[in-house]
Amino acid sequence: MAMKRLRVLGSYVLLMALAVTTLAPFVWMLFTSFHPPLSPIPTPDRLFAPREWAFGNYPYVLSFPELPVARFFLNSLVVTAAVVFVQLGICSLAAYGFARMTFRGRDTLFTVFLLTMMIPAVVMIVPLFLVVDKLGWLNTFPGLILPYPYLSTAFGTFLLRQFFLSLPRSLDEAARLDGASDLQIYWHVILPSAKPALATLAAFAFIWTWTEFYWPMLATSTVDMRTLEVGLSVFKDAYGATNWPLQMTAAVIVMAPALLFFLALQRYFVKGIVMTGVKG
Amino acid sequence: MSAERSNWRGYVFVAPATVYLLVFSLLPMAVAAYLSLHQWHLLRAEHPFVGLDNYAAALEDPFFRTAFWNTLVFAATSVPLGMAFALAVALLVDQRLRGIAVFRTLFYVPAVSSGVAISMVWIWIFMPQDGLINYALRLAGLAGDTDFLGDTRFALAAIVLMSLWIGLGPRMVIFLAGLQSVPPSLYEAAAIDGAGPWQRFRHITLPMLVPTTFFVLVTSTIGAFQLFTQVYIMTQGGPRRATDVVVYHIYKEAWHKFHIGSASAQSYLLFAALLVVSLIQFRLMRRQLKEAAEAWQ
Repeated sequence: MAMKRLRVLGSYVLLMALAVTTLAPFVWMLFTSFHPPLSPIPTPDRLFAPREWAFGNYPYVLSFPELPVARFFLNSLVVTAAVVFVQLGICSLAAYGFARMTFRGRDTLFTVFLLTMMIPAVVMIVPLFLVVDKLGWLNTFPGLILPYPYLSTAFGTFLLRQFFLSLPRSLDEAARLDGASDLQIYWHVILPSAKPALATLAAFAFIWTWTEFYWPMLATSTVDMRTLEVGLSVFKDAYGATNWPLQMTAAVIVMAPALLFFLALQRYFVKGIVMTGVKG
Repeated sequence: MSAERSNWRGYVFVAPATVYLLVFSLLPMAVAAYLSLHQWHLLRAEHPFVGLDNYAAALEDPFFRTAFWNTLVFAATSVPLGMAFALAVALLVDQRLRGIAVFRTLFYVPAVSSGVAISMVWIWIFMPQDGLINYALRLAGLAGDTDFLGDTRFALAAIVLMSLWIGLGPRMVIFLAGLQSVPPSLYEAAAIDGAGPWQRFRHITLPMLVPTTFFVLVTSTIGAFQLFTQVYIMTQGGPRRATDVVVYHIYKEAWHKFHIGSASAQSYLLFAALLVVSLIQFRLMRRQLKEAAEAWQ
């Protein structure tokens, strides 16, 4: 019994140490954002005792004229919502096709889908840039949204297919006997039963798109089209490289929405990883 | 499967995603291959065909080789260390303890955070004088004035350390799923046979985790080969190219020098290296994967 107590205690000590390590950078970020602008970089002893509590950093950063944070936020929101919507649509359709229908070349095509997950995004970036440029879409929303090279359509299709395969066939058969078409079965039977899987894909797509950096950095050229993540990298130099309090204020503003979103949907992240079935 | 014939409607369902992949993955792949065979400057009208010269030039370029080497070193250190760390934490959180779900969620947070924001914070952690690590070193009575990101000996190691912190959550969750799917009866049987905790871990847990481990290994390696944001924000490849990795090198080749032909060749070399490494990983683990597949039956 004493052994067991000791093990539990030891586990909690380790867990707490890891939790502190995980949280420390975020705590530093948050409290640095309350220091007055241009104050010296806060070491741990100064972190919780700023010269004064500069809560004004937040309104200041939010209304900084050269860096329209509200606009960045809107851009991120539009791009992310559109990408999530498109991915949910095309991946769920394809997943239904792969999981529920028989057609020649199906398994080969599915293998090709899986193989595209191996392609490093960097291979596609230059050509995508040329194509988007040719279409005159640089610095526009279509250019930001459509070629999302990182957001793996293949991953989404795979995830949803695995889930659809686990749904009992009797559901479709019953609907089919009632005269439902495949499209109706997809829409009225499979999708409503697959809400957890759809939420999982939405959660991943949201985080990947929201935190994406490389493509939106290349595809935008004016301040008003930047996403939050790209805007933040501009913040890094906008207030002077050493103005940590304002930089960290900007960092908190950028991170907060994604963190809240994650905490709200966190069980779906775990579910999704389990769902993709590490046992193949 | 019921006795369905090939149904043309299937194509309709998979068409949007297939077209999307064709236009936004496979077509760019083909264009990149085409570009890589030309001396292609983004701002010039002439794009002479040069055959495989871009590939040969990259392989002979000492700077590209450095970037390649750094990528391999980063992958060869961050992947095994990250996996061992994540497995250890997975074992820790695979216990029935009060509040364990909170810890599991917490460890995932860095992975869903803004890469730019956390790169900025880690600049502070590694700073000379007032940085967190130097502060801690001084508390411990050590020198505590090392410029980790500015020192060729430490810069890449610093980014490896940071990658362990970022990558913990997803890897841990995958290992946890693997751990929880091992049938408890196996452990019970082993305990009856007198196997201690280490023997149970060595002879049951590890073998049963082989498919999980392989999955984590391959996906982590793909991720490690594509390291970019941290290098871009924290070190810009420096000091003296100590953290210049392939994707960052390609970024500069394409968007600073506008040599998109050679940038495309270099990205194909990265792709080829990734395929070779994945194949080697598969070869090395094939026997264990087969044994595990039999054990799972």
